[in-house]
Amino acid sequence: MFWASYLLAALAIILAWPAPIALSRASWPARAPFTAMVLWQSIALAGGLSMIGAMLVWGLQPLGDNLVSASAGFFNILIDDESAQTLGVIHVFAISAATLLFGHLVFTLVLTFVRIRRQRRRHRDMLNLLSSPAADQPATLVISHPAPVAYCLPGGARSVTVMSDGLMGLLSRAELDAVLLHESAHLHQRHHLLLWAFAAWRSALPWLPTSQLAQRAVSELIEMLADDEALRTVDEPTLVRAIAIVGSGALPSSPSPRDALEDPLGEEGRLGSGTGSTAVTGGTADAQSTAHRLRRLLTPLPPLSRIQQAAALSAAGLLLVVPPVLLVAPELLG
Amino acid sequence: MATLGDLERTVMDLLWAAPEALTANELRDAIAEAPSGEVGRELAVTTVLTVLSRLEKKGLVERERDSRPHRYRSVTSREDHTAELMHEVLVTAPDREAVLARFIGSVSEAEAETLRKLLGGS
Repeated sequence: MFWASYLLAALAIILAWPAPIALSRASWPARAPFTAMVLWQSIALAGGLSMIGAMLVWGLQPLGDNLVSASAGFFNILIDDESAQTLGVIHVFAISAATLLFGHLVFTLVLTFVRIRRQRRRHRDMLNLLSSPAADQPATLVISHPAPVAYCLPGGARSVTVMSDGLMGLLSRAELDAVLLHESAHLHQRHHLLLWAFAAWRSALPWLPTSQLAQRAVSELIEMLADDEALRTVDEPTLVRAIAIVGSGALPSSPSPRDALEDPLGEEGRLGSGTGSTAVTGGTADAQSTAHRLRRLLTPLPPLSRIQQAAALSAAGLLLVVPPVLLVAPELLG
Repeated sequence: MATLGDLERTVMDLLWAAPEALTANELRDAIAEAPSGEVGRELAVTTVLTVLSRLEKKGLVERERDSRPHRYRSVTSREDHTAELMHEVLVTAPDREAVLARFIGSVSEAEAETLRKLLGGS
């Protein structure tokens, strides 16, 4: 059983460090965002599984030749049928670490879910008071604010897309449709579940820099997926224009949106909300992702060939198969 | 049938529009007269009080306790609440992306400049 635990540990290290770094630096994900998304998910899942599995298998090793008999032995120790003499302190430590890590991951996942849901409910409560339904769009709310803002708030049957009247004033009908299609793609493709999982992964393993890398890559990929979905209905220049207008917050040769942008800043100052970060001065990660999105739309590259996509998807599948196989392999080999 | 959420909305609309604090009785009368069909009906004062205490717990409404009956007013204007909510949307917080998905994330000044050029050229 020893060799299985070492292989699992090696896999865990590869999936925790070099693999996510390589994937985050690769340029092909822009050409096949869905495939890249699947690969990110399997890296995260297989990484967690092999991390826990490596410690578990190593810790249980003195109790049996394979995972099943070793687990049975461990169970007997737990119910006091056998003495724990066979287990060294180090083995107990490994088993405890595996159990703690598993519990920590599950607990963080649940905690993140509860926190996100509470924030969404509070937000929806306020929207209920402050916004009104859009005239000709189902599940769309309009809020009276000068800044060009559009976002979606997931919540099962109560999912809504919200846009400001500032946005409606800036965009043409077709551009507005592009924005709404993009947002409803997020909702239909359940992107919030991916964001939830990777946000939890990040807050569970904050010491692992690649967990942050993964979250950023995933949120960039879902924007590309939503763009692709919108492009099935609207043409590309319209979407690019919508992104550029919302992103820059101003139309050329039109002074009014500029005033509109300065107004919310003034209001925020009056409220004294303190943080001072606004649409214009936000984080660089977001800005990069907008740049990637636009570059991809402006100079489209051919999608990844079928063979390359199949290779990436097989790699993803293999990643999910290997850790369980390594867990039971010693038994299979007898 | 108006839900509690609809009632909260109607009450807040009335309080935001009112120049001064209102009593629960005044609010009930205003709701009955309101043209908004869904909610425009006779309500028991206790229902209005329930809605008001919910809004008070949410920090949207405050009560003047020195008068009898109590008078209620909104804590801040609708515009301030909207600005606050939009600030929540626009600000970059670690969890925000998971809570709601924005069409465009935050953009740097240089990026915004590039986008403006792009628009100018197209």
